[in-house]
Amino acid sequence: MLDCCARTGEEKETRALHAASAGRRVVFMGDDTWKDLFPGAFSQAFFFPSFNVRDLHTVDNGILEHLYPTMDSGKWDMLIAHFLGVDHCGHKYGPHHPEMAKKLSQMDQVIQGLVERLENDTLLVVIGDHGMTMTGDHGGDSELEISAALFLYSPKALFPGAPPEEPEIVPQISLVPTLALLLGLPIPFGNIGEVMAELFSEVEDAQPHSSALAQASALHLNAQQVSRFLHAYSAASQDLQITELHRLQNLFSNASADYQRLLQSPQGAEAALQTVITELQQFLRGVRALCIQSWARFSLGRMAGGAALMAAACFLCLLVSQWVTSPGFCFRPFLLIPMACGLAGTIVCAGLLTTTGLKLDPVVLGAVAAVGSLLPFLWKAWAGWGSKRPLAALLPIPGPVLLFLLIRFAAFFSDSFVVAEARATPFLLGSLILLLIAQLHWEGKLLPPKLLTMPRLCFPASTGPPRHSGTYALGLGVGLLLCIRLAGLFHRCPEETPACRSSPWLSPLASMVGGRAKNLWYGACVGALVALLAVVRLWLRRYSNLKSPEPSVLFVRWGLPLMVLGTAAYWALASGADEAPPRLRALVAGASVVLPRAVAVLAASGLMLLLWRPVTVLVKATTGAPRTRTVLTPFSGPPTSQADLDYVVPQIYRHMQEEFRGRLERTRSRGPLTVAAYQLGSVYSAAMVTALTLLAFPLLLLHAERVSLVFLLLFLQSFLLLHLLAAGIPITTPGPFTVPWQAVSAWALMATQTFYSMGHQPVFPAIHWHAAFVGFPEGHGSSTWLPALLVGANTFASHLLFAVGCPLLLLWPFLCESQGPRKRWQSLGNEAEARVRPEEEEEPLMEMRLRDAPHHFNAALLQLGLKYLFVLGIQILACALAASILRRHLMVWKVFAPKFIFEAVGFIVSSVGLFLGIALVMRVDGAVSSWFRQLVLAQQR
Amino acid sequence: MKDTDIKRLLYTHLLCIFSIILSIFIPSFFLENFSILETHLTWLCICSVFVTAVNLVLYLVVKPNASSKRSSLSYKVARFLKCCIYFLMSCFFFHVIFVLYGAIIFETLQLREIPPVIYIFVFYRVTSIWENSLQITTISSFIGTWLGAFPIPLDWERPWQVWPISCTLGATFGYVAGLVISPLWIYWNRKQLTYKNN
Repeated sequence: MLDCCARTGEEKETRALHAASAGRRVVFMGDDTWKDLFPGAFSQAFFFPSFNVRDLHTVDNGILEHLYPTMDSGKWDMLIAHFLGVDHCGHKYGPHHPEMAKKLSQMDQVIQGLVERLENDTLLVVIGDHGMTMTGDHGGDSELEISAALFLYSPKALFPGAPPEEPEIVPQISLVPTLALLLGLPIPFGNIGEVMAELFSEVEDAQPHSSALAQASALHLNAQQVSRFLHAYSAASQDLQITELHRLQNLFSNASADYQRLLQSPQGAEAALQTVITELQQFLRGVRALCIQSWARFSLGRMAGGAALMAAACFLCLLVSQWVTSPGFCFRPFLLIPMACGLAGTIVCAGLLTTTGLKLDPVVLGAVAAVGSLLPFLWKAWAGWGSKRPLAALLPIPGPVLLFLLIRFAAFFSDSFVVAEARATPFLLGSLILLLIAQLHWEGKLLPPKLLTMPRLCFPASTGPPRHSGTYALGLGVGLLLCIRLAGLFHRCPEETPACRSSPWLSPLASMVGGRAKNLWYGACVGALVALLAVVRLWLRRYSNLKSPEPSVLFVRWGLPLMVLGTAAYWALASGADEAPPRLRALVAGASVVLPRAVAVLAASGLMLLLWRPVTVLVKATTGAPRTRTVLTPFSGPPTSQADLDYVVPQIYRHMQEEFRGRLERTRSRGPLTVAAYQLGSVYSAAMVTALTLLAFPLLLLHAERVSLVFLLLFLQSFLLLHLLAAGIPITTPGPFTVPWQAVSAWALMATQTFYSMGHQPVFPAIHWHAAFVGFPEGHGSSTWLPALLVGANTFASHLLFAVGCPLLLLWPFLCESQGPRKRWQSLGNEAEARVRPEEEEEPLMEMRLRDAPHHFNAALLQLGLKYLFVLGIQILACALAASILRRHLMVWKVFAPKFIFEAVGFIVSSVGLFLGIALVMRVDGAVSSWFRQLVLAQQR
Repeated sequence: MKDTDIKRLLYTHLLCIFSIILSIFIPSFFLENFSILETHLTWLCICSVFVTAVNLVLYLVVKPNASSKRSSLSYKVARFLKCCIYFLMSCFFFHVIFVLYGAIIFETLQLREIPPVIYIFVFYRVTSIWENSLQITTISSFIGTWLGAFPIPLDWERPWQVWPISCTLGATFGYVAGLVISPLWIYWNRKQLTYKNN
């Protein structure tokens, strides 16, 4: 049972808190959900566990044990008994079951017993807060579910006449004012219910006049309260209809004046009182209708329009991402000119608006820019594409990854799956990884391990030479699954699943008691930091050059350890601030302000340095003839198939050719001065990884200490995933570079998975507000954007990191190119030789292959960005559709709407991050170009 | 591939399906309170024992690789030991996968109850040369297990929506589907399939 609002058969329910505040003794017995809803409101309470749907009797029997003794003791003003058996029985057996008959007859006996014991001044109220469907469930908005019985009884006669055959339907909100007035309490301010006037008639007097007067005064009290509420509400918010509001206010003032006049002259006719009563009732109902109309108003047209716009944007993303790499695409006519058009249109529009003195609306300007750039693009595209070729040729061929995207799309429409997304995403991600490995196997991209030689199901033969062994890919996959599994240990439970228990590791260390465990955890967190640093440095040492004298490299060597130190020191202060001796208090407070800011400033300065000098290349001028060395991919065993022969024979030929050329050149004299540039092959990814690390540290500081382990896992698993994906992406030189869909989908899934393992949930109560006080322990004063930025950075850290790191998907296969020869070097055991003569080792081209084809490089970057936007776009489209289609669903405000808002903000953050990541790659590209130019100039001199 | 072989395959698979169906009904005559959902693990064991027994009997009767020339006792023992090693290795492999994979969704303690149904065709795989049908049944039961995990988060409040019941039920359904599909698939693609053995 997910919905905790399932209660049946309550007695005497009212605003327990109000009664308690007015000094009434409120006794409660039953469902323990009340304990959390109204803590400390009851003078006496008997709670029983209620979440097991199969348990029909614990709560009811517990109540029955205490009900009659409590009633007889008389120590209560209000007694609430919340029976739960009928509801559970409905869920478990349905309404037409012998168990239900037993349960209902038991409830009958309870009511009979209560009726016998009631005293004259007591009112028995039996209500159910919902009905049930024919299957015994509830939660929807069908008539059977939203209607329930209301039974009022008192030994004293309540109603003037016989009750009508067809009693009128009383809205549930009318219980609050009725019970409040009956108990002699003020009606709660926010109430818009209407008192049940019949209950206030003086039956025993037998005078119709006094009865009507009592009803009118009750209604008048109620109407006064509602009028006050209406006044305050309409002053604060403008969404009520003005004319209707005025009409209602006039109605109330008229009725109120009539009522006052009738009070002055009590001999007035009963008919006049009746009109006052009708007028007051009209006013109350009018207010209710007005509020319902204004509060639960959905603009279907706007919803449909927004969804259509989003769907169109997604479709355009898909089309353009496929089109970009096709040969007929040029950047200038298709993208630059429409962009210029859009910008010009916006400027003209803004100028017009300012000259005419109208208010500048950013939404209008954005729309003008979008339309202004889109229309020329579509026009050009239509002309360039030609009407002969079918549009469907552009659409990607559906593969198994489409199934994953579809599952993900569909899962947003089920509240259970949205609630369980924290567990469903790792499941999907793990499946995708296994699928990737299986695909590598079937497509023959792996060298078959020697042990298992399985005949293949007649699948197409290998398309390219196998680059990696099966155990390598399997090892990567197992490592990835292990990382995901470990990251799954950090999870926060959604409110809807009471059986789930949140991970205790998400709380800050300061909340821990027990010094030893705290110290151990602190050590583990610092260890995670150091490991993160070590991983990044190891990677940079392997693929890039840590010896380069460039400032950004120096920063990585010295600045990053400083940041680790600062973070560790801050954590030590934060987790042990309470234990500090009093004279050090000021120092500790000062340090906890300074340290996080210092780390953030260091990270920002590192990023600035990186942007200033992004090329991390070690240049050495040497003399000697350039020697080229062919790369022989390791190949074991005799060639078995035609494909192998096609691969091996040219290699042998090329090798022999090189040998001959080498011998010829050796006889010649030494060549001119040459320049050796090291690690040019990884300039792009080195800059990306450095930037990501620099971004990760301030983000890490905003989280609880132990989440640093998740950050470590994040880096590890994204490295592993990139390696695994790189094994499956063929390097096509010089051809168009593409990043396959499964890579982008896995990347997006991993972003979501990390969002959850960092302890977030897409609901507002789960936001980590404490992030706003990192570095600002005293608060922020009146500024709002800084805390919003900090909390946003905390919440969407994984979205940001993965979006910025997205270009790595394109770069990594080229990076992995270097692995083959390196392995050969190491396996030969010639490390000493390599160290002595490092100049002789010719680097493979690696990422310089991208520079060799700048047009394709740009196209691939654009395509990658569009694909990532598409994958994120269909997620947000699914969320928007779910929230609008299921707008009458019980869970819409609890699940679907918050999910949509989180997904939308995450989308914005991801788009910005993606833009930044691609901009960084472009910046590096420009810097490399100018570096080459300088080199050529220096050579010429 | 001869048509008779496909027929034999079909009949053996039908017998396997029949044994699974029997494993649902027969134990209720001997055991009290037996039902698939309540005493799930018992049923699973019985089912796997049934399928294993049927497979062994069929293996002895049908002798799919009777063409083996060497038939000395030591060779048989070596083969049997090899089978056992393969079996244990595959158990370990599947265990790792389920721990890494299933444990993400479910509590770690219950992971000891790995669906033994999976092991059966692993055993079957090494003792038979009908690899195609084996691959199909393995893949389909794996897919069945995977699909079986999907209903778990839904709030239908059904008793089978619990780990590992839905997964093992999915695996069983997948296995049965694989048994049905594989002869048909082989029949449709018999032109493209060539084997070294035949």
